[in-house]
Amino acid sequence: MYTTELRDKSQKQAAPITAPEDPARLAAFEARVAADDFIEPKDWMPAAYRKTLVRQISQHAHSEIVGMLPEGNWITRAPSLRRKAVLLAKVQDEGGHGLYLYAAAETLGTSREEMIEALHSGRAKYSTIFNYPTLTWADIGAIGWLVDGAAIMNQVPLQRTSYGPYARAMVRVCKEESFHQRQGYEIMMVLAAGTAPQKRMAQDALNRWWWPSIMMFGPPDENSPNTAQSIRWRIKRETNDELRQKFIDVTVPQAEAIGLAIPDPDLKWNEARDSYDYGAVDWEEFYAVVRGEGPVAKERMQARVKAWEDGAWVREAATAHAAKRETREAAE
Amino acid sequence: MSKNWPLWEVFIRAKNGLSHRHAGSVHAADPRMALEAARDTYTRRMEGVSLWVVPSASIVASDPGDSGELFEPAADKIYRHPTFYSIPENVKNI
Repeated sequence: MYTTELRDKSQKQAAPITAPEDPARLAAFEARVAADDFIEPKDWMPAAYRKTLVRQISQHAHSEIVGMLPEGNWITRAPSLRRKAVLLAKVQDEGGHGLYLYAAAETLGTSREEMIEALHSGRAKYSTIFNYPTLTWADIGAIGWLVDGAAIMNQVPLQRTSYGPYARAMVRVCKEESFHQRQGYEIMMVLAAGTAPQKRMAQDALNRWWWPSIMMFGPPDENSPNTAQSIRWRIKRETNDELRQKFIDVTVPQAEAIGLAIPDPDLKWNEARDSYDYGAVDWEEFYAVVRGEGPVAKERMQARVKAWEDGAWVREAATAHAAKRETREAAE
Repeated sequence: MSKNWPLWEVFIRAKNGLSHRHAGSVHAADPRMALEAARDTYTRRMEGVSLWVVPSASIVASDPGDSGELFEPAADKIYRHPTFYSIPENVKNI
């Protein structure tokens, strides 16, 4: 799964990147990233680069972890043993992806506890997509196909992002994620070839997930003020709109292949651009979800906080056990 | 902490005959838990046949600021490379 850099408008205004940096070091750093060199944890880096990365990587990690919730609640209801095993493996992968990313963010000087606290207190953002409910089994198909599909589109270029630990985490994530998309598409394919109600269910899921998936690429380029900086620093390799267009271009034929209709009346092949033209995105909805007004935003955070609190005794017991063992070993 | 479990670096041997290679890190309260977490986090797809976990705090790393004096002297010792020496073309197996 994936998140793009999400902030609401107040945070955007409060982030002037003007910290005075040593000009010689800054120039050397700029030259390194411009030459596609990787930056590693102990290397000097501008404070703004570090801050942007901590925000982006931790949001990405949070999205993986919160992303386990909408799918996790379907594991027990998956329609066959095969589907259960597949979904369980996928959800476990998302947990793993969150852990790779938290570890990558920690190399920048933040801690796991700080990041988790920021998520639970609502200060940290995660992908808007997970604040939509999963109402039917077809939603699990739509998530795998569209949400993971959009995620892959975003993450493939991040394998060459300039920060080494982030790039390495992305290589691992991308390798694991392609099954996620294929299993989702397969669910949709089977439903679309099924009975009339099954096909309706698939179409309904596509109708509800299409626009939120398109929004996953983040605001349009003209409203994404830090994109230029992130591209110059090779944190991002392609702009939100470039990735969005690519995603639409590859996904439309996939829908056609299984007889489902993309819910966009303005969608039209543009011969001159060699791309699809698409309708206006409701960015007000996007910003509302970023602000925490998504349909199930509260439930998601409640579930996260509950899991964390319910697990407290396990963490304490493991710590106590380790301390006891250490004391015993020291005495021997 | 008590809440902060220490960080461990995870190394995986992909198959016998290869050396262990750094894969990532995990938080764990003790060595056994670190191994189990490393297994769950980094080897879900037959990535390896052996795992090492090392407390991150035990790793001593060189400073990138010293990389000049540490590594650059090698650049002016090109006579350490076989291509430094020119051998007539009719001489074989050397």
